[in-house]
Amino acid sequence: MNEHLPVLVVVVPLIAAPIAALVNRPRISWAVALGACVWALGAAVGLVRRVLAEGVIRYELGDWAAPIGIEYVVDAASAWVVLIVAAMGAAVVPYARASIEHELTPDRIPLFYTAFLLCLSGLLGIAVTGDAFNVFVFLEISSLSAYVLIALGRDRRALTASYQYLIMGSVGATFIVIGIGLMYVMTGTLNMADLAERLPAVAGTRTIPVAFTFLTVGITLKLALFPLHLWLPNAYTYAPSAVTAFIAATATKVAVYMLLRFFFTVFGAAFSYDVMQLDRILIPLALVAILTMSLVAIYQENVKRLLAYSSVAQIGYMVLGIGLGSLLGVTAGLLHLFNHALMKGALFMAMGCVTYRVGSVRIEAMAGLGRAMPWTMAAFVVGGLSLIGVPLTVGFISKWYLVQAALEQGMWPVAVVVLVGSLLAVVYVWKVVEVAYFGRSPAPEGVREAPLGLLVPTWTLAAANLYFGIDAGLATDVATRAAQALLGVLP
Amino acid sequence: MTALGLINYWAVIFLMMVGFYTLIARGNLVKKLIGLTLFQTSVFILYISMGKITGGTAPILMESAEPVVYSNPIPHVLILTAIVVGVATMALGLSLVVRIKEAYGTIEEDEIRDTSL
Repeated sequence: MNEHLPVLVVVVPLIAAPIAALVNRPRISWAVALGACVWALGAAVGLVRRVLAEGVIRYELGDWAAPIGIEYVVDAASAWVVLIVAAMGAAVVPYARASIEHELTPDRIPLFYTAFLLCLSGLLGIAVTGDAFNVFVFLEISSLSAYVLIALGRDRRALTASYQYLIMGSVGATFIVIGIGLMYVMTGTLNMADLAERLPAVAGTRTIPVAFTFLTVGITLKLALFPLHLWLPNAYTYAPSAVTAFIAATATKVAVYMLLRFFFTVFGAAFSYDVMQLDRILIPLALVAILTMSLVAIYQENVKRLLAYSSVAQIGYMVLGIGLGSLLGVTAGLLHLFNHALMKGALFMAMGCVTYRVGSVRIEAMAGLGRAMPWTMAAFVVGGLSLIGVPLTVGFISKWYLVQAALEQGMWPVAVVVLVGSLLAVVYVWKVVEVAYFGRSPAPEGVREAPLGLLVPTWTLAAANLYFGIDAGLATDVATRAAQALLGVLP
Repeated sequence: MTALGLINYWAVIFLMMVGFYTLIARGNLVKKLIGLTLFQTSVFILYISMGKITGGTAPILMESAEPVVYSNPIPHVLILTAIVVGVATMALGLSLVVRIKEAYGTIEEDEIRDTSL
């Protein structure tokens, strides 16, 4: 069984999805989803341990040898992403039980878990596959189910948000298919390792730079890099709380992983950076994203929307690390991938607790919650501090690496922008904290602390923010190994 | 190859641009989806064209004395997957439009924006 882990981590949630729909009882469907997510997390931990001990795992689907059959390749980078996605899945499902029962009608709950499991297996699939076209298939599995999940929001604007995401997401996915098709026409293979071998011979043609461009635009649309982020704020704001927590923590992260996989493994760093001069486009866009989106976040009146704009800014940090292209930069990007999943997971879950008790996430609705819901708001503060990058939280670790990576290449203005971004984060986090703790008006009558079913997952993530901020060794070690695997540097 | 020999690819570019333009410029949600379909269909034709080999026959193994040229079946099979994805996208998109019509009473983008404010 152990040797089948790479495929089982995807297949178990995929099979659990129709089961959750067939049993059609909210509680039993929830149990099925929980079982599948816990299994995926266990498999992910097993994969990480095996990769760190033995190196790259190659798995041939149905025993068809690699270039003909589809191959799953798990190296340190994919194992790292699998772990992040599975861990977030296992944290969100226990949370979803109370949150979703509150926000959805009972007949929709089993179908919610079906869509959730499909989304999870799609995201995990993107991370483990070693076949370029397979990436597209998994991407569409995860995206289509994500559109459904977003459309489940209570507000009718969730529908238009989902529609907008569907249009932009499909355009992005189609761009990715065009890119993959152009690569296939030049090389005759879809296997990533094979592509990497054959691409240099045809890199001089016009087709390959065009393929590269289509892939870059398509993937950056999916990861919401400024200025292709337009679908993100509405989708995050109007989706059900549990969905926002899950999608914010995983979907864009997996897209960042796709970017890394295509840039480094398939095209190779030499082509991406020296020939296509990727850094010249990624670094400016990332810097603009950090500055403008943090500024826009300050002026938001809805806390979920505020956090959504902050997510676009934080994606800027990840892309900045990739744009720097050095080992340290990519390590910083991968670290921020993990850290941002932890902090946004905790923050959006805290907002879900507020929705549960207060019914609104506008800033004025936070009034007096510091006293009425002390644990929820404390989790928000921990997540907020992590977002700012205060020492002893995870946010500090990734920003520290990012600043080092920028200074290593003598780009001190970049380091300054990273720090200014943190200062802007102070402003928008403070806006919420001020109303919750220091406002005059008390919380509305009858507002109590959120139930334990919501608080425990929220605090698990908030505590992880602190734990990995203090004991940074484990995460930095795995992220460094993942960056080495991507850049092809031997440890 | 002559310009006429590339006619498939010209068709791809034409359809792609028509679809993309419709997608961006139209305010009607159903028309946007029609644009998206055209856009995706153009990519199907791109894949199918690249699998065709001049003089190639259908990829069914034949026993014959002289060597047989087959068309490459892989892009065709790949695009079968993409067509399924396209159908699913369309079904989801249209059902969202139905729900939007129920919630807002209109499927014109600007009118939806006005009622949202």
